[in-house]
Amino acid sequence: MTVVYLLGSIIVSTLLFVNRSRKTNYLLVAAFALLQWVLIAYAFAHRGEEEFFGFFKTDSLALLMLTTLGIVAVPAFYHSYVYFNQQEENPRERSIFFMSMTILLAAISGAYLSNHIAVTWVFVELTTLAASGLIYYHRDASALEGTWKYIFVCSISITFVFIGILFLSIALQQAGHVELTYPALLNAAGSLDVFWLRLAFIFIFTGFTAKLGLVPMYTAGIDAKDKAPSPAGALLSSVLMNMGFVGFFRFYEVIAQTSVHAWANNVIFIAAGLSVFVATVYMLKVENIKRMLAYSSIEHTGLVMLGVAAGGVGYYAAILHLVLHAFTKSSMFFQIGQVYRVYRSKYISDTGNYFQYNLPGALVLLLAFICATAMPPSGLFISEFMIFRALFEGHHLLLLVVVLVLLTMILWAFGKNIFKLLFTLPAHFDETKIGQVSPYESVSQFILLGLVIYLGFNPPALMVELIQDAVKNLPH
Amino acid sequence: MTSVLLIAFAATLIYISIANRLLTYIKILAFQGVILFGVSFIELNEINTVNLIFILLETIVFKTLAVPLFLNYVIKRNRMAREAEPYLPNFLSLVIVTLIIIATFLISNIIHDPRLDKVYFVVALSALFTGLYIIMTRKKLITHVMGFLVIENGVFILSLAVGSEMPLLVNTGILLDLFVSVLLLGIFVNKIGDVLQDADVDQLQNLKD
Repeated sequence: MTVVYLLGSIIVSTLLFVNRSRKTNYLLVAAFALLQWVLIAYAFAHRGEEEFFGFFKTDSLALLMLTTLGIVAVPAFYHSYVYFNQQEENPRERSIFFMSMTILLAAISGAYLSNHIAVTWVFVELTTLAASGLIYYHRDASALEGTWKYIFVCSISITFVFIGILFLSIALQQAGHVELTYPALLNAAGSLDVFWLRLAFIFIFTGFTAKLGLVPMYTAGIDAKDKAPSPAGALLSSVLMNMGFVGFFRFYEVIAQTSVHAWANNVIFIAAGLSVFVATVYMLKVENIKRMLAYSSIEHTGLVMLGVAAGGVGYYAAILHLVLHAFTKSSMFFQIGQVYRVYRSKYISDTGNYFQYNLPGALVLLLAFICATAMPPSGLFISEFMIFRALFEGHHLLLLVVVLVLLTMILWAFGKNIFKLLFTLPAHFDETKIGQVSPYESVSQFILLGLVIYLGFNPPALMVELIQDAVKNLPH
Repeated sequence: MTSVLLIAFAATLIYISIANRLLTYIKILAFQGVILFGVSFIELNEINTVNLIFILLETIVFKTLAVPLFLNYVIKRNRMAREAEPYLPNFLSLVIVTLIIIATFLISNIIHDPRLDKVYFVVALSALFTGLYIIMTRKKLITHVMGFLVIENGVFILSLAVGSEMPLLVNTGILLDLFVSVLLLGIFVNKIGDVLQDADVDQLQNLKD
């Protein structure tokens, strides 16, 4: 089914590029969303099976992430449709946008499902191509700059991942193995040479930080999420970061079986701690709403990696945090699209008193602020609390205190900006230029945020079982 | 014989650090393609013929012919000044690249693997770091693309050290990387040349907080 899905998405994207009429575009996009859900249903029905010469496997982590993708993709397409309705008709750019979105979702699904480290690498490379089509939508100088930086940093990072895979295969050849599928790597992990494993880990981790959004390669993603249209920015900051995590996590499972595990955890602690620090610094001074959300994504990924490195209950918490964060951040990006239509500006100093102009939207933003900063009743409160507990139980007390202080500062900066947007009118405000936004557009975000709250406090047994199965290879 | 060719490759890295004209960069990249063709021809005679032809095609057709011609086209189309604009003086670049090669040689002494030829490792890592250095210290965007290509050549050498048992995988990877990166970067350098006056990094500083 995976191969059928990939072929189907190639056909859909080619048709999207070739036929530029509106109705056909929307029909094809709806057909793709349907195909995505058929894949998810099939994956649930055939759990744990390998397909296509062992290159793809529907294991628990893939199922969780695929479901998240399916849930986020539907409002992404809907908000893209709303976005294009508000603009002048430009068939070529719209069809390229939808084609890029289709290829992006297909490549991310392929990366989730892949069972072979090189297949993951190929799909991650494809997402760079697809995301650049999305970022370049407006075709002005600053979008060009953002796209160039994104392609360049991601290409170098993916080359680093490839070098890491080569070092891993050197280690494998020394031990007499050949296969690079994840089950074979897990079996061979104990017999691999430590020196090559360390080199491989450094290169693969550095490479994947571009997609994950961690120090050192996070810079590309910030400009990308700023310049891409909001529905695309939502996808880039939710499911794309999850893909970076899946690619890295499958390799981390291999490392966790070896003696390099403690050293690798130290490396992850340094990178994740620095990421939270960088996010704090920039959120205190940022003036552009989308960049603020992009830095907030870096902070959340930093927390997820702290959970992974801390171990114990942190493994469960990290994956739960990723799923819930995808819903929260994407709903914020969708809402920001509407904010932009109301105020015609992305800068916080040009906005204010949002409650008067879009009451449902303002409620969404308030609820999303509570969810994103991990205040109860948000599900992110549960996952962050578990991460802090894991850090405490692992005796990383200094790191925990520093991270908590930084998170307090982030909460203040985030709150200052959101409350400025929601309540205070700016000094020279021109009421005649306010755009109108239909209140029904906020329904999708209420559903997503409702999911965040519900899944945090009453997670379905299936979801709990899937997360526990996803982390079963890690030492407890 | 491969050691001689690889040492010639390292010499081209030193030459690229002091090169001034953009055409020299392109010619050095083409020459590196020829060297890699020679190394793969000698080294990989124990894998099957189809794979061998694939690798040779990749080195000659892509690295020596197609990519240099494409870069030439991009330079002419954007009417760029034909000079690489470094931030550091050329002599300092020469010293730094020499130090990079010496440092990778010292690092390679830590390896105790009898099966891995040290020359491959040294040259591959030198190419990687030299490519990164070229990217960091040159102003023009097209030289950034060329630095990226030097990194790709380094990855190719590393894969030759590893890949005699997994050739198809390695070559798909390298071809894909080359395709996606060079195509996209070339397209966008063209667009940047259309929009901005000179395609250098100083123009790309508008996106900040």
